[in-house]
Formats: sequence, C-alpha cells, structure tokens
Amino acid sequence: MGWFLIRGYAILVYIFMFLPVAVVVLLSFNASQFGAFPMTGFSFRWFVELAQNEAILRAFRTSVILGLLTALISTTLGVLASLALVRYRVPGANLVSTLLIAPILVPEVVLAVALLLFLNVLGVNKSFALLLFGHVIFTLPFVILVVQARLVAIRRDVEEAAMSLGASPMQTFFQITLPLMLPAVLAGGLFAFTISFDDITGTLFWKPGGVETVPTQIFAMLRNSISPEINALGTVMIVMTVGLPLLGAAIARQLSKKSG
Amino acid sequence: MSSVILRNVVKRFHKFTAVHKTSLEIPDGAFVTLLGPSGCGKTTNLRMIAGLLDPSEGEILIGGKAVNNVPIHKRNLGIVFQNYALFPHKTVAENVAFGLKYRNVPKAEIAGRVQKALDLVQLPHVGARYPKALSGGQQQRIALARAIVIEPDVLLLDEPLSALDANLREDMRVELKRIQDQIGVTTVFVTHDQSEALAMSDSIVVMSAGRVEQMGSPDEVYNNPASEFVANFLGASNILPAQCSTRGADGAVLELAPFGKVPIPAEKAQRLSDAGPAKLVLRAEKLQVLPQGAAPEGVITTPATVETVDYQGQTVRYFLRLGDRQLQAINMIDDKPFEEGAAVQIGFRPKDCSALPGEAE
Repeated sequence: MGWFLIRGYAILVYIFMFLPVAVVVLLSFNASQFGAFPMTGFSFRWFVELAQNEAILRAFRTSVILGLLTALISTTLGVLASLALVRYRVPGANLVSTLLIAPILVPEVVLAVALLLFLNVLGVNKSFALLLFGHVIFTLPFVILVVQARLVAIRRDVEEAAMSLGASPMQTFFQITLPLMLPAVLAGGLFAFTISFDDITGTLFWKPGGVETVPTQIFAMLRNSISPEINALGTVMIVMTVGLPLLGAAIARQLSKKSG
Repeated sequence: MSSVILRNVVKRFHKFTAVHKTSLEIPDGAFVTLLGPSGCGKTTNLRMIAGLLDPSEGEILIGGKAVNNVPIHKRNLGIVFQNYALFPHKTVAENVAFGLKYRNVPKAEIAGRVQKALDLVQLPHVGARYPKALSGGQQQRIALARAIVIEPDVLLLDEPLSALDANLREDMRVELKRIQDQIGVTTVFVTHDQSEALAMSDSIVVMSAGRVEQMGSPDEVYNNPASEFVANFLGASNILPAQCSTRGADGAVLELAPFGKVPIPAEKAQRLSDAGPAKLVLRAEKLQVLPQGAAPEGVITTPATVETVDYQGQTVRYFLRLGDRQLQAINMIDDKPFEEGAAVQIGFRPKDCSALPGEAE
C-alpha cells in the first residue's frame, strides 16, 4: 500500500514536470489558429510558418553560431586548463580550479550583472563578442569538470610509454592523450553548446541591441501574443537540447566501448 | 646496445634527497637489477636513466654519450612499466608498431617486424585484438614486445612482474630472461623482490635510503653481504656481535661467545680492516639445528633451545634461544622437525660466515 502511494506520487511529479512539455509538442501540430485545445487537426503548418519567419530564422542562426563558437572556445580552453591542472604542477592549482568552477556556484543573474557592470567601467560596449565571452565563462566549468574527471583516469605511464617509444610530447598528446579523452571532450562540447543554446538570463543582459537568440526571441514574442508558432519553435528547441546530448552520449559510449 | 653510466648523480625533490651521490657502471649487454625496499631510490634512478626525471647533479651516459639534455623520446630506450601501459585505444599490432612509426621504418617492413616481436614473446596470434581482451601476463608480454621491437639501446624494466600473480610471475621471470639473453640488450631491472633479482641478474645493485649498499653478482651479494642491510634484505641472516682477535692475510679470527674461535676466510673478511669489534653474519640456512650431543666434522656447535617452529613443508624455520639472543635457522626437513621447547645443538661451518666491522663500544 505504501509503495503504491509512493509510486503514484512519483508519477504525479513526472506528469507535473513533463505534461506542459508534451502539450507544447502536441499543440505544435495543431491546425487551429489558436494555440489551445481542442485540436482541430494535424498539420505541419506552424513549422512551415516558422521556417518562413525571418526574425526567428535570424535568431536561430545567431543561436547556432553562438552555441558553436561557445562550444569551440570553451572546449579548447577547458581542455588546456584541465591538462595544466592535472598534468603539471601549477602554483595555486586549487585556487585556480575553484575560480574556474565558481561561475556554476554564482547565481546567473549576479554573474550577468557583474560582467556587464565590469565592462561598463572599462568602457566596453555591448557586442556579440561580449555575449560570446559571457557564454564561455558560463559554460567553461562544465567542460572542465567533465574533461578533468576523464584526464585523471588516464594513466601517466601510458603517455610516458609513448614518449619512450619516440613520440614527442606534442605527438603523444595527439596520438594518445586526446583520443583517450575524446569522449569527455565531445561531451564537454555538447554541454557547452546546449547550455549556450538554452541560456536566457545572461543573454538578456549581454546581448547588444537588435541581436536575438532563440530564447530571447521566444520571450519577445510571448510579450505580444501566444502564437502557435511558439509551440513549433518549442518543439524544435526540445529536439535540439534533448536530442543532441543523447546523441552525444551514445557516441561517447560507442567510443569508450572500444578503448575501455 | 650500450653501456649505462651514472656519474655522481644526485636527485632531490624540494628538500628531500631521493638519491644521494651515486655512481654506477652498467656494462654493455648486462642484466643489472636495482634492488631495494620501496622508497630506496631505485625507481628514481631508473626514471633518470629514462629521461623522465632530470638529475639534480651529476651526469648520465648512455653508450658513452652524456644524455642529460636529451629528452626521453630521443634516447632510444625500451621501457616496460609495472602496469603494462599499453595504449587501450590501439590494437596489439598498433601498440607494437607505435615506436616504429617514429623511426622511419618503411611500411612494408613494419608488419614483419611486429610479427617477429609477437613471435618472440610467444603471442603470435593476438595482433588484431585490443589490450583489454588479454590477460595481465599477456599484456605484459605485449608491452615487452613493444619495447624491444624498436631495438632499443637499453631496456628499462620497472617492476614488470609485480602486477602478476605468483605462478605467472615465475613463468614470466624465466621468459624475460630468455628474451634478454636472445637479444642481448643492456637491461636495467627494478624490483623489490629478492628472488627475482637473484634469479635473473648478472649483477645486483642493492639500494637503501637513496644510497647504493652493494653492487655485485648474485652470489656475492648473497654470500658476502657488504652491510647488515644487505644481509637482512636478501633472505634472513643472524648478525652476531663478535671480537676480531687476529686479522691477517689469510683471513680473520673472530671470538664469538659462546661458540668460541671462528676463522673467517680472507675473501669473506675483506671488509674487516683491523682487529677489534666485529660482526659475524650467518645466513639462516647455514645455521644447522642438530640433535643434542651431535658434533659433525668442521662444525662449531653450542647447545640451544627451540622456541618457535614455523613449518613450511619442504623446509622449516626455527627461532632458537641462545642466552639472551634469538637466532633464526632455516633447515631442510629430514624425517621430522624438532618440537618447540626441545633442547638441541646448533652449529655452523666457519667458511659459511662472513665478517663486517662492528661498532666500537
């Protein structure tokens, strides 16, 4: 009886969490003018309109470019920082490590305002570069956490063996270390991309005028009316932010199955 | 193939000195073992020869050339690590071929040389597998194949048998020695296991606390230890305080209570320079436990009591009470071992003993 209650309760929690998402996905296929029940028919109409909406397409392009650049820069910096922290004796390594992870612990709003005020003091104007910079700061801890954990598990003597066989430190990195930590690097990159693609708080503060990302675009559209287009856009977002990490995890599993 | 020379090498880590001024000469083609307990500096020495650590002072020469400023990947060494250190994302064949890629070996030749190396370690059919699919012993053979396929000047073995279980370890010991004999490469072997060292080496370097205690053939370090540490690290020894009454060209005479006069042959008394306080080193296997009243020819005896009997099947280890000291004896079992508390006669032949200088009182 007790278990029955707990099970029922758990199911209710899941319904509470996922029902709105399901409704959004369901309604995005509704043929009706209004984004509400009852559904009047099944159609891809809102997806088609979405694909023709210049503002949304521009926002989508911005988000993708921003996400890709964030992932690229965060992953590169994250891998280098992890290598330095794990493989070399850096003075104050613990402090550096804590500072790099800190952005996760600080509320995003605080981080967003702080960066904005700081750059104001320096007299730097808002720009796409600043937005990118903010996203990198915010995603870097995730990359470092994932990559560091993997790097610790790669035995130093494997690299030493490669060097003893004639590979230079650089060749050793590309032949041995990088392939062995590739699953973590890919996972870190995916994290960075989805977090950047999803982010609204920081983006609202940092984005220059006239530049919209998908989340800020949805936010702006909601202020006017609730168009069924938003449901379609929501569905696309869900597919991207849920589907990509799942795909990434599957690839990572495949890779590490081979290398153990 | 090349000799390895350490000249006045010192290694410090911050304030801690891991290796005190050490000079060693490892001749071309020799199998030399660095033996000692953990923390004695043997692995530090190996890693300095490998180029994984820089000496704080002194010079390292490989094949007559100073290599202090040569990075590891240009030293042409084969290293086998304790935990195999195979590349988990490469197949066995790719692992073995790894070093050849950096030596401008033509592609056509690589496959043949990899196969030859795999044949040498008696695993000719595993080239396509990943290391994970092999047992520990097999992985260590592959690691050995990978190290020797590049025809290194020096082969460095860092406790390569420690991760294997006991039976396998003995097989691999024989195997390793066979392969080393076959290719004749200068080999430096690091271990804390005295039986490995005794069985495999041309010469053993016994180390303790960052210093070389003795370097010599297995027979020398075993039968004529240079210090108390060596005597105790290689098996069990009884070290008894004595007084040297005569020190001449043909040896020394030690007064050892309650046994009496013990004449030590010259080659085993060379570390004793003068008459005076001395120590007599008697290996536990050389101390015979005899029935009461027995007095075999050439054996100096005295009565004692058996305190503890440690039965080991083929042999038995006795702890014996002799006045205020305890002695150890390891004897073959003939018929039945003595019982605890038994009154016995213990004795030894003087030529089985060696002498060390004692501390002046």
